[in-house]
Amino acid sequence: MVAKKRIYLDHAATTPTDPEVVEAMLPYLSDVFGNPSSIHSFGQEAKSAAEEARDKIAALIGARCEEIVFTGGGTEADNFAIKGTAYANEGKGNHIITTPIEHHAVMETCKFLQGRGFEVTSLPVDRYGLVDPQDVKKAITDKTILISVMHANNEVGTIEPIAEIGEIAREAGIYFHTDAVQAVGHIPVKVDELGVDMLAMSAHKLYGPKGVGALYIRKGTKLISFMHGGEQERRRRAGTENVPAIVGLGKASEIAQREMDAEAKRLISLRDKLIEGLMERIEHSHLNGLPTRRLPNNINVSIEFVEGESMLLNLDLEGIAASTGSACSSSSLEPSYVLLAMGLSHELAHGSLRFSLGRETTEEDIARVLEVSPRIIAKLRAMSPMLQSGT
Amino acid sequence: MYSEQVMEHFMNPRNVGEIENPDGIGHVGNPVCGDIMELYIKVEDGTIVDAKFKTFGCGAAIATSSMVTELVKGKRVAEALKISNRAVAEALGGLPPIKMHCSVLAEEALKSAIDDYLNKSKRSENERTS
Repeated sequence: MVAKKRIYLDHAATTPTDPEVVEAMLPYLSDVFGNPSSIHSFGQEAKSAAEEARDKIAALIGARCEEIVFTGGGTEADNFAIKGTAYANEGKGNHIITTPIEHHAVMETCKFLQGRGFEVTSLPVDRYGLVDPQDVKKAITDKTILISVMHANNEVGTIEPIAEIGEIAREAGIYFHTDAVQAVGHIPVKVDELGVDMLAMSAHKLYGPKGVGALYIRKGTKLISFMHGGEQERRRRAGTENVPAIVGLGKASEIAQREMDAEAKRLISLRDKLIEGLMERIEHSHLNGLPTRRLPNNINVSIEFVEGESMLLNLDLEGIAASTGSACSSSSLEPSYVLLAMGLSHELAHGSLRFSLGRETTEEDIARVLEVSPRIIAKLRAMSPMLQSGT
Repeated sequence: MYSEQVMEHFMNPRNVGEIENPDGIGHVGNPVCGDIMELYIKVEDGTIVDAKFKTFGCGAAIATSSMVTELVKGKRVAEALKISNRAVAEALGGLPPIKMHCSVLAEEALKSAIDDYLNKSKRSENERTS
């Protein structure tokens, strides 16, 4: 078999680390090893590198640098925001409003709290995965202490009306957290325009290293520390800073700020080409999520009569890496809860396929997916009992 | 994730399709769990002479369907009934633990096709004797 060029279209899962990011990190894995808490020059070098990174992240999301807390990733940032506000504001109430399409990091954290005296309202979403801000308004009670709605959905790419919800939260005086892991670095995210009090982000979704993220915490927000120990991160997250990773996140943020607009435009054109091409070439296929108000890199389609994992394996054999909401790709046997919440049938949820594009995606890659996919789907449909011969 | 044998059967599944006027059909699974198998058998003088399948499901579901059809061909009905899900999985060089249910489904599809055959032959026998 001739080795084919591998095509990675799973950037929503993780992105390759930008070589510029790797280069920026390298000195901090060797020569510049000091502990930022040390007052000698070794420590201060490391400290200034971390602070420079903080400035870059703050600039990317329009925050002040003291409002950025480094975390061990997006999941930690979400946990920190939700548990932190819940336990710091127990005196005010015990009600949390969220959605059924959140990432596990938010959903499971809310479930954890639900079993411990908190009440959680999960809002409905429409067939595109959109939350209605009016539903948020209606769900608010005098016990509500936190609203958590994701910025952009990781599976279907739908961008939520965060600014509108932010306004409602502000009027009601309720803390508002958004999981912006899929959005930061890909679409413009400015904390003041969105009216959020907390925002979670992750480095490895924007060409940075894994195991590092950040939580934006608006000045004055009352929440308990995530880690207790030393005085790092203004006592909000104790533990010696992961300086190389933080430097990587800073560099990734700087590159994102520099390239986002042009890159988003480029990806939108590739995205729409792929969506249109798939719809044209494959009968009984449907786009999941909104056609335009979606992440520039996200394509999510449901293909009738075939199951996602079998499509994924065939694509992988062709060197194309994608993702699916089918149960068969997880250990749970339940298909994507996001697609089910949007009202898709189990069959369509099992038949979903997500391509998420990135910086190294080319026109040729899209052409190759469009060339290969119809063949794979025809092969699988030929053995599907759900498609009776002749239909 | 999958053994070489699973991938081989997944890529080149044996006995895909339907049998015209089959002697037994097994239909198991549902869209909720994400796997649906249809298994057709042709029986002559108590021996399964042909088996075909149609499957909606993951790689393991397709590979186990393919393998079970291979295993039953040429077997006496009574022997075929003894084929367990473990035997199907073993013939494929094993399955990841979370995919063992696919082999269970393959066994169930086979049993259901044989049941269908036995019921049909009982019925025609009754018709003959009455």
